[in-house]
Amino acid sequence: MMQHVHTDPRRGLPTAPSSNIRPPIEDIKLLEPILYTGPKFYITVVCLLAVIALGVFAYMTQYREGLGVTGLGRPVYWGFYITNFVFFIGISHAGTLISAILRIVGAEWRRTITRSAEVITVMVILFGVGNILIDLGRPDRMLNVVLFGKLRSPLLWDVCSITVYLTMSTTYLYLPLIPDIAILRDYTTKHRWLYRMLALGWTGTPRQHRVLELLISVMAIVVIPVAVSVHTVVSFVFAMTIQPMWHSAIFGPYFVVGAIFSGIAALIVAMALIRWVYDLGDYLKDLHFNNLSLMLLVMCFAWFYFTGSEFLTTFYGNEPAHMGIFWMKISGPYAPHFWVMVATCFVIPVAILCNKRTRTILGAVIASICVNIGMYLERFIIVVPSLSQPRLPHAESIPYSPTWVEWSILAACFAAFTLLYVLFTKLFPIVSIWEVQEGRENSIAEVTARLKTYLPEPYVPEDKEQPIGATP
Amino acid sequence: MAKWGMVIDLDRCTACQGCVTACQAENNLPPTGAVEADRGRNYTWMEMIPFSGEGEHPKPIERLLPRPCLHCDNPPCVKVCPVGATFKNEEGIVGQIFSRCIGCRYCTTACPYTARYFNWSTPKWPAPMSDHLNPDVSIRPKGVVEKCTLCHHRLQNARDQARAENRPLRSGEYVTACAEACPAGAMVFGDMSNPESEVSKLAHSRRAFKLLEDLGTDPKVIYLREGD
Repeated sequence: MMQHVHTDPRRGLPTAPSSNIRPPIEDIKLLEPILYTGPKFYITVVCLLAVIALGVFAYMTQYREGLGVTGLGRPVYWGFYITNFVFFIGISHAGTLISAILRIVGAEWRRTITRSAEVITVMVILFGVGNILIDLGRPDRMLNVVLFGKLRSPLLWDVCSITVYLTMSTTYLYLPLIPDIAILRDYTTKHRWLYRMLALGWTGTPRQHRVLELLISVMAIVVIPVAVSVHTVVSFVFAMTIQPMWHSAIFGPYFVVGAIFSGIAALIVAMALIRWVYDLGDYLKDLHFNNLSLMLLVMCFAWFYFTGSEFLTTFYGNEPAHMGIFWMKISGPYAPHFWVMVATCFVIPVAILCNKRTRTILGAVIASICVNIGMYLERFIIVVPSLSQPRLPHAESIPYSPTWVEWSILAACFAAFTLLYVLFTKLFPIVSIWEVQEGRENSIAEVTARLKTYLPEPYVPEDKEQPIGATP
Repeated sequence: MAKWGMVIDLDRCTACQGCVTACQAENNLPPTGAVEADRGRNYTWMEMIPFSGEGEHPKPIERLLPRPCLHCDNPPCVKVCPVGATFKNEEGIVGQIFSRCIGCRYCTTACPYTARYFNWSTPKWPAPMSDHLNPDVSIRPKGVVEKCTLCHHRLQNARDQARAENRPLRSGEYVTACAEACPAGAMVFGDMSNPESEVSKLAHSRRAFKLLEDLGTDPKVIYLREGD
């Protein structure tokens, strides 16, 4: 049962203790980011920390002076922070939802990408929540939401839904990580106390495997409705008010579609970076990028369908309050945002991804970056225009332009997310080792067997002598 | 139980802004200065808003309309508050608990009349003004939402007085600062639930209308259109 393990000539791989856990010899490359740290890592960390420090300074200024240091005012009470909140919560759909769906349908190509997707969810959701807290005028009173919480407020629905989602997606990231942590505990020397604690005594017995797979498959199913609910209630924050172009029944599904859309795009960018930085071309192959690109392409059309429905309904209904906002977006002060959004969410990605020759990794990355810019703009022109031209007063509205504080905090959010992601890759394998091992060992046979069940039983004539078509 | 409300007769209103000033003095609204006002940070619980609801196309009538908080009977701001910092009391006044508000500004975005204000910074008064603040009205800290309270402190004072003299509250004893200051007598304040009160009679006048009535917010500040 136990294979003999050679001491790796490179530092950090001792001989294995006795257990059922297979050494990651074939996938030693996946441990390299954890075992070796070069100067590039430190340079990256320092740069990211510098940006984070700027954001911290900006927030300290805001905490001291009040929200007056932002570009917000009356009537645009919400701006960048709420946009960031919606955007980051949207990105968080990348992981859990895609990973869960691929697991449930038994898509074998998922094995190397699920981990990197799930990490995005957990890390980015922190910044979604963080931006709501940054937006509060009195962050010192945030516990009032618990002490005096009123369930009739859609913000409370968000609090409940996001808390459940964060807990579940963290669990859903952690469960498939346990066997890999055990590998790290048994075959590496770094941070052993951490891995010993997190491995929860995993020894890889068949019973443990059964329990783990059961838990993962239950979580994969349960997490889907939770993920859908999260972005639905985020949209409800807007849709439940009676403000023009917010009060729309389409907002729930529209936000969910937009979330999956930007989530896939974020995943493609993250995977391309991992592949490039850690040289993991063997694991994150063209096939993965091609499949994800096709998913992104489908979501482009879904996004276009929802956006078209939303704007056509408003236009045809022709209600004055709604039309004021409509024209602000189509030809008014927010027209640049709107048309760049249409280009980056639909025209450019569709042009790139429809063509097999441009649907390369580079093409997918360009399309994905475009989509994420477009989706940020989409969130922005959902939040701001509806506020900047309220029903009353009819006076000319005050335009909103974010100040250095808001820009710095946005930059710091991206930097902090990247930093957390990088640190994760330095502590845990970003491609699931045990799932790749399992794929090599069992999947080929399983998939062959499964394929056979798809096909009808071949017809076997009773009388071999009789030619086909002849009447008996 | 009284239902406090106000009728504003646009036929009498001269748009002198006496109500605006009276409100600012009464309720300790800080002056913000030109720069901040330009960024939409001034405090005008009572505000003159441009209103063009009347007149036909070739000759629309443009006018200014005094707009306090309308104290909706179905207030969109109250239901969205996540901590119950804004509420409608049993007498119909929509109030704000400054010490509970977390400053999320959901109520300010939900109000279709944009009648709620946020404290973008710690309020400051220049030297002579700072000695003349109204001791009955609390100073709001930075980071919380504030709004017209229908001069609720005046109701409390009037009640205390009535209680001290061991008699019920008389009609006309509780009047908001804006209504009291109006030189044209365009603002009538009182108990809407009493059919004999002046405000109640005016509210049923043929000239009466409510702002953005089709939204179903059911304001208790009612306007009388011009031209009888």
